[in-house]
Amino acid sequence: MTGTLDTMSSATVHGAPPADPPLLDVGELRKRFPVSGTLGLIGRLRRRMKGGPIHLPHVYAVDDVSFTIGKGETVGLVGESGCGKSTLVRVLTRLLDPSGGIVRLGGRELSLTPARRFAKDPDRARIQMVFQDAGESVNPRFTAFAAIADPLRRLRGLRGAALTAKVEKAADQCGLPRALLSRFPHQLSGGQRARVGIARAVAVEPALLVLDEPTAALDVSVQVVILQLLERLKTELGMSYLFVSHDLGVVRLLCDRVLVMYLGKIVESGPARAVFANPLHPYTRALVDAAPSLHDRGAGRIRLQGEPRSPIDPDPNVCRFYGRCPKGTDLCRAEMPALRRFGERDVACHFAEEITAR
Amino acid sequence: MTAVPALLVENLSVEFRTRSGTVQALERVSFAVPKGETLAIVGESGSGKSVTAYAVMGILDPAGKITAGRAMLGGLDLLAATADQVAAVRGREIAMIFQNPRTALNPIRTVGSQIADVLIRHANVPRREAPGRAVDLLRDVGITDPARRAKAYPFEMSGGMCQRVMIAIALAAKPSVLIADEPTTGLDVTTQAVIMDLIGDLARDIGMATIFITHDLALAAQRADRIVVMHAGHVIENAPTAELFARPRHPYTAELIAATPDAAASLAELASIPGSLPDLRRIDLPPCRYAERCPRRRVDCDAELPPAPAIPEHVVACRNPLS
Ligand SMILES: Nc1ncnc2c1ncn2[C@@H]1O[C@H](COP(=O)(O)OP(=O)(O)OP(=O)(O)O)[C@@H](O)[C@H]1O
Ligand SMILES: Nc1ncnc2c1ncn2[C@@H]1O[C@H](COP(=O)(O)OP(=O)(O)OP(=O)(O)O)[C@@H](O)[C@H]1O
Ligand SMILES: [Mg+2]
Ligand SMILES: [Mg+2]
Repeated sequence: MTGTLDTMSSATVHGAPPADPPLLDVGELRKRFPVSGTLGLIGRLRRRMKGGPIHLPHVYAVDDVSFTIGKGETVGLVGESGCGKSTLVRVLTRLLDPSGGIVRLGGRELSLTPARRFAKDPDRARIQMVFQDAGESVNPRFTAFAAIADPLRRLRGLRGAALTAKVEKAADQCGLPRALLSRFPHQLSGGQRARVGIARAVAVEPALLVLDEPTAALDVSVQVVILQLLERLKTELGMSYLFVSHDLGVVRLLCDRVLVMYLGKIVESGPARAVFANPLHPYTRALVDAAPSLHDRGAGRIRLQGEPRSPIDPDPNVCRFYGRCPKGTDLCRAEMPALRRFGERDVACHFAEEITAR
Repeated sequence: MTAVPALLVENLSVEFRTRSGTVQALERVSFAVPKGETLAIVGESGSGKSVTAYAVMGILDPAGKITAGRAMLGGLDLLAATADQVAAVRGREIAMIFQNPRTALNPIRTVGSQIADVLIRHANVPRREAPGRAVDLLRDVGITDPARRAKAYPFEMSGGMCQRVMIAIALAAKPSVLIADEPTTGLDVTTQAVIMDLIGDLARDIGMATIFITHDLALAAQRADRIVVMHAGHVIENAPTAELFARPRHPYTAELIAATPDAAASLAELASIPGSLPDLRRIDLPPCRYAERCPRRRVDCDAELPPAPAIPEHVVACRNPLS
């Protein structure tokens, strides 16, 4: 593998060079949240009276993220808890407004439409989301049937027998017994609720389906049903997916490409199998090493040492992984590594070529 | 196992009344966890794992009814105890981590103050010291910048961070029994390892007994001393961990192990377990609720099985088990 040293920053150069324009094109996307409680109301008023600008500390939840998803492509998104995965997908699905950057769906710039207005946008039906917390997407006052029917009615205009047929088909496809369709969320088990959330999003047949940990609450058997369904819809309808998951085994099997995020930034991306078989970024390495395995009881015993860096106003010149990274040199503390291309991969580590050379 | 278990559940049966019939959610569920040990409960979605936990904690849905059984926490039967008696031990002696953390937290109070409350109420921590101790607990569960994060509201935290706040709350009082319902499903593997180590440390240091509900067989294999396999409201196998994986005896257990994606080369190669859980509202539920899906079914499978003991070496609820 040869390493080229030119830095890549714009969205279009990431991933495999697409022949058609990609379905989703995300460029230099940023989302920051002010940290609450740091000043308090009195403190803020006092500052305002002094006339100075109010600088609140911010969580850098998503920091300069660029990638693309092609038609019929499945992209996995993995990373530590709190690294910004859900925030990223909420910005993409236009539930949150970005602090900066672009989101293009099929060539159309979406980030200009405020989140509030996007709910009524015609493109709403082209992008659907399965939430991390099934409770979030499923209204407690809706039966499972009503929950699945709701977007079909609103976005696809289905009514009557056609609606019922479509809801039942979606339930069947997701392994949700029809007998459960009359139940309310609190009468369902965690995994049954999760299947309602998936059926609801899949039924609309969006061009892009964003799934935030859809299989976390599912047992292996149901999980297989869902994964095989996603695979089938991809071949039959050319659906594309962004699949957020902590289950590396599932990502490896389902995804064409994977993005590895650490504290708001993509630190590695490339073909899923290659990334997990031979991680180039030390964080990816740590992630792979920590996964427990049924067939190798000794696996998953390696721990990251050191204190993680705070996502609140991080130093722009220090690698976010510094302090926990087994490598961690003075260079890592003085210069934030940019994503660089290595064959089919992008890696943000000053020492990636040492690993590729091995 | 000679010592009195920290928690003993015996012959627990639960049903739910719904508009369309009675759901037989649990039938004669028995198991025990000794002090300092971890018992994993695994099984398909809808098999009754959470309902078991809710029944023991006394927080079943109002439509649910415990029709039989006992749950002994030391000398106290939690199922027969008065509401006051249960309230006195809940959160202090026996604590639970819920499957859906965001809904279990109070949305309008900061996470730091929610943890501090528990410390004051259940761990005899002086009011003045509680906020500082809450920050320590946040650090223990791997939350960075804990002093500033203590002031955040649940909606300002990620899914996995809420989950870890829940865990901090459950562990705050150093309970003697912890019921953890999928405590790490929303966590990446490195954070998961931090949490499981923390639970393991408490088990060792204060002899906490843990009931660990999970879908992740690999994690159960790594962390549990003993495994209970549930199917459609029944305990169908109960064995020491190494033994269960080396020699599963119930055909369902064997299927469950085979369906783990761990080593599969492709999606197509993965097999889901044929059939599905029977409708638990049926009045003609067979004695073995797996029989209709079972490749090893025999004629005598329709006969009632003797109830399984809570403290077995290796118990399997099957007439024709694998050898
Ligand atoms: N309030 C209720 N009314 C009717 N049925 C219920 C109620 N609560 C739970 N059930 C049913 O009881 C069965 C067991 O549910 P439980 O939540 O214990 O499953 P579980 O094993 O925890 O599954 P999961 O892994 O999906 O969380 C399920 O079939 C569920 O639909
Ligand atoms: N509404 C908000 N206000 C303030 N901070 C927020 C808000 N939403 C998210 N954050 C912060 O942004 C960061 C990223 O959160 P996000 O939910 O995107 O993480 P995640 O990668 O999805 O994590 P997990 O795997 O735990 O779900 C976290 O530090 C979180 O506290
Ligand atoms: Mg998330
Ligand atoms: Mg459950």
